[in-house]
Formats: sequence, C-alpha cells, structure tokens
Amino acid sequence: MDITYTILIPLIPLAVFLLLGIFNKSIKPAVSGYIGVAGLSTSAALSFYTAYQYFFVHGKVDGVYKAIVEKTVWMNFTETLHIDIGVLIDPISIMMLIVVSIVSLMVHIYSRGYMKGDEGYTRFFSYLSLFSFSMYGLVLATNLFQIYIFWELVGVSSFLLIGYYYTKPSAVSAAKKAFIVTRFADLGFLVGILIIGYYTGTFDFETLNNPEGSAILNWASTSFMGLSVITWALLLMFIGGAGKSAMFPLHIWLPDAMEGPTPVSALIHAATMVVAGVYLVARLFPMFYFVEDGFALEVVAYVGAFSSLFAAIIAITQTDIKRVLAFSTMSQIGYMMLALGVSKYEGHDGLGYMASMFHLFTHAMFKALLFLGAGSVIHAVHSNYLKDMGGLRKYMPITNITFLIAALAIAGFPLTSGFFSKDEILVAAFENNKLLYFSGVLVAGLTAFYMFRLYFGIFWGKDTQYKHAPHESPISMTFPLMVLALISLFGGFIPFSKYVSADRVGFDVHLNYPLAAVAVSVGLIGIALAWIFYKKENDLASRFANSLGVFYKWTYDKFYLDEIYIFVTKNIIFNRIAAPIAWFDKKVVDATMEGIGNQTAVVSEKIKGMQSGKVQDYAFSFVAGIVILAIVFIYLWTN
Amino acid sequence: MIAGISIYEILTVTSILFFIGVYGFITRKNLISILMSVELILNASVINFVVINKYLYPDMLQGVFFSIFIIAVAAAETALAIAIIINLYRQIASVEVKDTEIMKY
Repeated sequence: MDITYTILIPLIPLAVFLLLGIFNKSIKPAVSGYIGVAGLSTSAALSFYTAYQYFFVHGKVDGVYKAIVEKTVWMNFTETLHIDIGVLIDPISIMMLIVVSIVSLMVHIYSRGYMKGDEGYTRFFSYLSLFSFSMYGLVLATNLFQIYIFWELVGVSSFLLIGYYYTKPSAVSAAKKAFIVTRFADLGFLVGILIIGYYTGTFDFETLNNPEGSAILNWASTSFMGLSVITWALLLMFIGGAGKSAMFPLHIWLPDAMEGPTPVSALIHAATMVVAGVYLVARLFPMFYFVEDGFALEVVAYVGAFSSLFAAIIAITQTDIKRVLAFSTMSQIGYMMLALGVSKYEGHDGLGYMASMFHLFTHAMFKALLFLGAGSVIHAVHSNYLKDMGGLRKYMPITNITFLIAALAIAGFPLTSGFFSKDEILVAAFENNKLLYFSGVLVAGLTAFYMFRLYFGIFWGKDTQYKHAPHESPISMTFPLMVLALISLFGGFIPFSKYVSADRVGFDVHLNYPLAAVAVSVGLIGIALAWIFYKKENDLASRFANSLGVFYKWTYDKFYLDEIYIFVTKNIIFNRIAAPIAWFDKKVVDATMEGIGNQTAVVSEKIKGMQSGKVQDYAFSFVAGIVILAIVFIYLWTN
Repeated sequence: MIAGISIYEILTVTSILFFIGVYGFITRKNLISILMSVELILNASVINFVVINKYLYPDMLQGVFFSIFIIAVAAAETALAIAIIINLYRQIASVEVKDTEIMKY
C-alpha cells in the first residue's frame, strides 16, 4: 500500500497557515474562513480515505494490522542512531487522524460563526491551521524525535491560541502558565528520549516496540537506583505526557487555558492536544508493558486514577462552566491513562488498551460537543458563570438537545457512545485491579453528577431575566453541534476492538452486563442527585455545601494547588535559590568583569595624553625605541 | 673603488648623514624642513646601496638599480608630501608642526 500521499494531510494545513499568516491583512475575513475550512476538509477527506484504504483495502497481513512506514533519514549520528522524518500508519494513528479531522473540521466550521466580527479573524484561522498541522504531524510521527518536534509545535500553537485575546492580562498569563508548565514537563520527555537513544541506539517506534527486539529484551542490562534505565526513561517520558495531558500534579495550566476562545478549548484542550500524552503512552505501549514487568505502566495507572478522582471532585464545585468542563476533561483523560495502565498485551487481555483508545475517540466527540455547546451558550448570554444562566432551554433548543446528548454520553447513559467505552474501561480495571475499579466507579458517579449539575444549571434551574433575550446560535454553529451529537449518540456501535488493539490482531468484545449495570446505576444516581439539587431553583445545594464547610471551600479553591505552586516557586525557588544565585552572578561574576573594564577605562583616561598629535613625538619614540633595541642587541651579541 | 678611501670611511659619512636627517626630522618646526630631513635619510641609504654594491660585489648592479628606484620613489613621495602641505596651508595658513596636532585622542 502506497502511503506517500498521507504526507499531504499535515502539509495542507501548513500551507493554509502560511497563506493566512503571510497575507493576514490583505485577506478578507469571509475568505479566510472558507480557506481554513477548505484546507481542513481536504485533509479530513484524505484521512478518511487513508483509513478506508488501510482497514478495508489493505487489511490484515498474516492476521495482523501491520504498521506501514514511509520515512527518510533527516539527521545522521551513527550507523544505527539517526533521526528520521516520515509517516507511520497503524491502527492508532489512523484513529487519531480521524479524531483530529472530525473535531478540527467541526471547530473550523463552528469558528466561522463564533468568531464572526472578531478583529483577528484571519489570525485565528491561521493559528487553527498551524495547530492542525502540528497535531497531524504528532500523530503520524515515526520516531521519538519527530513526535517531540511536533509535541513542541502543538505546545506553541496552544500558547498562541490561549493568548489569542492578548490585550487581556488574564489570557496572557494563562498562555504563559500553560507554556511554562508543559515546557517544564517536556524537559522530562527530552531527557527520556535521550536516555532511550543512548541505551537502545534507536528512536524508531517500530524498532523500539518490537516485543522480540533488543530494546525490550535487554531492558535489565543497565540499572540505576534499583530500576532499569529504560524504566526511568519511560517514566521521564510519561512526565512529558502528564504535562500535556494535564495529569496531577501538572494539571494546573488546563483550567486557566480556558481563557482562550471556546472553539480552541474544544479543539485543543478537550479533544486533541491534551490526549497527546495518552497517545504517547499508547504509542510506546509494548515498551511500557514489557520493560521491568510493566512498572512504569503501573505508575501510569495510579497517576491516571488519582487525577481522574481529584479532578472530578473539583469539577463539582466550580461555577465557571468552561472550568467545569476543563476539570472534566482532566478527569476523563485520567480514565484513559488508568485504562492503559491496567491493560495487558495480547488478545482480549489488551482490553484496557483498546478501551483507552475507544474512550479517547468517544470522549473527543462528546467533550468537543460540550465545549462547543458551552461556547454557544456563552455566545448567547455573554458570561462564563453559572449564576448568569438558567432556563435557557426555551431560547436555545438545538444547543439544549445536543448538550443533553453529550452530557448523557459522558455520564455513560446506556447505548450512548460513552457508555460503551466507559464500560470497557471499568471491565479492564475490574479484571486487573479492584482498587482502581472502585475509584473508576466513583468517578463515573461524580461525572454524571457534575455534568448534570452543569446541564440543569444552564438550561433549567432558575428563570433568569436577561437584558437581551438570548437566541439560538447561527447554523454555522449549530451544524457542528448536530454532527458531533450524532457521533456521540451512535459512535459506541463502531466495532472498535476489531481494529484497534495492543497487539494489532483485534478481538471481539462483549458487554459485561453486571459491571455495566453497576456503572449505569452509579451514573443514574449521580443524575438523580443533580436532578434533585439543580432541576428547580432551591437552596438544597447551598445548604449541603454549607454543611460540608471547610471541605467545600478547599475543593472550590482546587485544593490550593495553584497556591502551593506559587509558594514553591516564589518563596522557595525564587527567594531561596534563584535570588542567591542572581546575587552571586551580579556581585561576583559580573562585578569582576565590570571591574576589569572600569580599571581599563581609568588607566586609559590617565595615559591618553601620550597621544599628542605631534608627528615628531611619535618619531622620537620610534627612534628611541630602535636605539634602545640596538643597544640591547649589540650588548647581547658581543657577549 | 676610490683609491685611499675604504668602505668604512664612506659608511661613516652616510651614518652621519642619516643621523643628521633623523635629528632634523625630530627637531625641525617647519613641515618643509622635515621633508628635507626625510630626503637626507633617503639619500644616506641610497649612498649606502651604491657603496656596498661597489665595494663588495663590483661585478653586479643590483645596488645601483635599487638606488635609482629609491630616488624615483622619493621624488613621488616628495611631490605627494608637498601637495599635502600646500593643501594644509590653504586650510590653516601655516606650515608649522605645532599647528597640525589636531589628530589626537
């Protein structure tokens, strides 16, 4: 199967980015919107064509979906160690291509309505294209270094888009925070890559991931502090992934990133970029699984489970609807990490891996839908806060229905897409680790509760009197909502396990009715609680919050994690470490150099009178010097 | 080869001539005088060339030719120097060394 044309999938958005970026001022906003959508539609069509070719025309070879790699050497270090650049087509990269294509295309269409009349309309679309290019590149990367390059590129485009309203100080500081936190995590990623390169002599995914390959078989050859160096490398790379995917404790940038325009939150901070960490772990899954009997994978599972619980608890108390969704995203990504962490490699035992990818797919759809719906609401009432909303179902019927579908899907309501993927995650957790299973079930209940708190708070609840009557958004905004709602409803029926599995063989999956019943009933309890608290305007919720007292306050303030970070960086690192070093640098290093310079200036000020401007003085000095030299030489020669 | 006069005597004369030139270059107040001192220095070296050629390698002519080169270069250099001095005179109405010391720190 010739896959050379897949290189066009990232290159078309790049071309659109350059076009819109260079001719920013001279392109009319209406035209730039069409260019953006057209470019992305082409990429999306190519992605679907590639998926069709790969799964249905090319199909399995020897019963396995083989990875197809097309690459060229980019930088040569040694005979074996070189950085390649190219495209890698395998089931998970195809799946990510589809996810990125659908969400990005819908967000492009949506943005034409949402950003209408905005001053930086063309700039916005050029950034969106840059992001799409980077994300496609990340997905198609053939080796660790290529993925790292695009990893940083998505970080940059995320930075640009969070700080899109650059006149707002809060947006600027949120952009900086996101960039610095993820950059800090990426340091771990880079060190991990270098360790892998040093000890295995390759960056290539296919070579690294081969279960019979030397990289996996020789993991025990070198150890450091009780763990294999390869395990250390994997853990360091997971730090990079945790930074991008907002895992505890590197999640602090994600809620603030909601300062960006809402379509951006839907595309980058819900559906695509934040799952890059999950994708990275999935990409290196055989290494995570086989090296040191999956120690690194266990870390992934626990970090994911804790993050998902932690974020779900915080999400309950937040009042900014986008922040609720942000914490919900973090919680659901924790779910995916958990599923990867409990997965095994072969056949049906690889259920967790498949469930994680499946949840990644369904979550991208319904979370993008939730964000776009929230954007539609914000567009109508011009506020992010729940207190300014209520009773909107009468004004915005389409947004109401689609939002409800997404909320049902994320709550795992039977037969929606989220039900299937979440059920498989819970089955995988149940089979491997009971503790993680119970935390997962708890999170499922909390998720249903806070999602319906949000839903009832926006569309039901109190009858807010609006200054301007809110109205339904234009068709360019509701069309993506409807498309995503359809996928959220029926996406669960895709036979995912046949196509995506850890060993690429595929297997059949059956609903586990008892476990599904548990998950569904927990979800229904959450929905019912939210119904009681928030459907009609009442003070039950606030009374309950008051009775929780200080714990509610802690949760509302996100367990003071931001404050802890500020304390650690400002008081400890800046004052105790950085300030003395800065003092040393200024007073010792710089002062030495400045002293030399100042002394030179003082001396030259004193002796500059020797340059008299009289040519005869110079001639005299010259002759005198010659005479002295002559005397010296004569003296030396005659002795 | 001049009968009764050895190379040392002639070299003594040229040395005296050279140092007179150097002394004049350093002490004269007038730019034209300095130029004349430079000519003395050059002439001393020209005589040296000729004499050394004559006394040490009488069969060869390099020294003589070289002295002709030096005379030609000295003529060019003098013409240039005089041109500079004339232009200087037009600017500051003086050819004194003490008036031309503005090119310093």
